[in-house]
Amino acid sequence: MELLERFVAGELDAFEALFRQHQCEVYRWIVRIVRDPAAAEDLTVETFWRVHRAHARFRADGNFGVWLRRIATNVALDHLRRARPTLELLEDVAAEEKPDAVVQQEVRKKILRVFAELPARLRIVVQLALIEDEPYQEIADSLGISLAAVKLRMFRGTRLLRKKLEKQGVRP
Amino acid sequence: MNRDELRTNEAGKEEFGELRETLRAPMPAIGQADLRRDLWPDMLQRLERLQVRVPWFDWALLAFAGASLILFPALIPALLYQL
Repeated sequence: MELLERFVAGELDAFEALFRQHQCEVYRWIVRIVRDPAAAEDLTVETFWRVHRAHARFRADGNFGVWLRRIATNVALDHLRRARPTLELLEDVAAEEKPDAVVQQEVRKKILRVFAELPARLRIVVQLALIEDEPYQEIADSLGISLAAVKLRMFRGTRLLRKKLEKQGVRP
Repeated sequence: MNRDELRTNEAGKEEFGELRETLRAPMPAIGQADLRRDLWPDMLQRLERLQVRVPWFDWALLAFAGASLILFPALIPALLYQL
């Protein structure tokens, strides 16, 4: 029996093999969304937990990678909705780059605050497309939405972002 | 990536170029982050937790049976007889 068939049948060995095969890939995807390595580790486990619970619903001839990516994206999205990223955490990432002048630091803080205020479903698209350079089609597949919906979210997200940045006196 | 997707992404890059730079200053791309440890032990722990978890309905049933025996002690011999 093939690995995926054994996984669908509920064999723990098969699940472990799939876990070991895909854990790095899932972690990399999630950390790009949540930008917090510790949370990304927990969310990777949560993703595989959901995968394990839903093993009977997966069709052995389906694309496991796509299914897994979609679950991981939903888990990360739930996390973004539940816990808005704290400014301190985002600042830590920024601080690793290079020490800046006080004024620039202030502008960075404003940008981070405005970005954190975006609704999660818009933020995830803007973040993956603009910061992580993910192709729109890849984002659409991961979220389980159409390409047109990704473009619409991108349009809404960037419009909202620009508006909020301008209110804060930051011109993109 | 096919030609259409490439065009879509290129158009996006041009359209959002300045905004992209603005965002990337405080939030650089993470790219290919490496996992620092094997997460399988955490996963196993999670799976084991599931196995020992007793559903709430079982607890309710146990409480109901206990309360019945306390309130109606005459049930005890009848129950023992059934066993």
